Amino acid sequence: MLTKRIIACLDMDGGRVVKGVRFKNLRDAGDPAECATAHARNGADEIVLLDITATSGNRYTLLDAICKTARSLFVPFTVGGGIRQLDDAAAVFDAGADKIAINSAAVRDPALIGKIARRFGSQAVVVAIDARKVDGSFEVFIAGGRVPTGRDAIQWAREAAACGAGEILLTSMDRDGTQSGFDCHLVRAVAEAVSIPVIASGGAGSARDFVEVFHDGCADAALAASIFHFGIENIAELKRELHDAGVPVRWPC
Amino acid sequence: MIAIVDYGAGNLDSVKKALDHLGAGVVVTSQPESVAAADKVVLPGVGHFSSLRSLGSTSLGEALQQAAASGKPFLGICLGMQWLFDGSEECIEIAGAGIFPGKCRRFPCSVKSPHVGWNSLAIWEGSRLLRGVAQDSFVYYTHSFHAPVVAGTAAATEYGLEFTAAVEHDNIFGVQFHPEKSGDVGLAILKNFCEV
Repeated sequence: MLTKRIIACLDMDGGRVVKGVRFKNLRDAGDPAECATAHARNGADEIVLLDITATSGNRYTLLDAICKTARSLFVPFTVGGGIRQLDDAAAVFDAGADKIAINSAAVRDPALIGKIARRFGSQAVVVAIDARKVDGSFEVFIAGGRVPTGRDAIQWAREAAACGAGEILLTSMDRDGTQSGFDCHLVRAVAEAVSIPVIASGGAGSARDFVEVFHDGCADAALAASIFHFGIENIAELKRELHDAGVPVRWPC
Repeated sequence: MIAIVDYGAGNLDSVKKALDHLGAGVVVTSQPESVAAADKVVLPGVGHFSSLRSLGSTSLGEALQQAAASGKPFLGICLGMQWLFDGSEECIEIAGAGIFPGKCRRFPCSVKSPHVGWNSLAIWEGSRLLRGVAQDSFVYYTHSFHAPVVAGTAAATEYGLEFTAAVEHDNIFGVQFHPEKSGDVGLAILKNFCEV
């Protein structure tokens, strides 16, 4: 049976893993390669590395971190942040990523999704969507959550899938970093709108939150960063609880 | 020496890293001579079946056919495994090697496609590639087309229907999943291949 994936996300700033609340107040959480292998050893089904400074930062730092991380990581590895064109994606794949996540660039130029998918396959293209509840519907934000687009998240997810995205990484900005639970309403709306896998993100705080997002949110995977970095929750323990709650997971891993 | 065949598709580096990690001597090559000279051949691949076009009537394609016919251990991964079959609905004008019968097809509409994530293996008895791998072990998949269950099937996975997860016949092996991305289980499978 296809299992629900638990994905550990590393937000990287200047070559270090950091974590903030609602994209602010960043705290240092370690070296990307070390964090990634530790999470994989602990049972993470996948690792996502998001360079949150990439839009204005140094690409070499990111590529170097990807190289080092990919060398000892034998689970799927997604990299996002600052990928604006096909060449950026190619450099990230060359450095060792299995998938790339694009966000702002895809909103500005949806054709980029297809360009990358045609060259590297749809399976390698994750479209990341940052959504915030505005007047009862979910609006897409870009540039690290700073710029509203006026676009509806569910419609955008549908369009991204039609353009060739292989997966949607859906972050609730309202919940991100709060550990108050995933936004199951948002996740379910998107999961029902597209036929590609949806990764729920933002708000993970307890095993119960994961059970809910898989059962009620119909998520295919769930991503979390903060709860895994500081030892608040062990992924292996989380998976055991999910297994006991009837959620199919890779267990033992 | 294991030749990892570079035919311009997908990320070959992850396969190389996994084999490096196991201490195997590997060379990534697009040269027919290197394929001919290698002890073992790995044909990786991810993406669209059309990227196999470059294996059509080229000297590299011939070298692969010869390597497979020579008795040399040969492992196709993902798209590389699909190449071992007759072809794929994904790109009907491109023929596979026809070592295993049947065409790769799309998943039924009842399930999400692509099939992405960790799924379990039902392993046939006597598989050399999967020796020591526990029944129901999880491996990582990412694909939209699947190969049928055939006489050479060594393991199957269920996703909307039962499809071939691994095939083997004499010196020819293939896996639909990504052993290089399947943690310790995947590394154990690659190790088995290195030791065939």
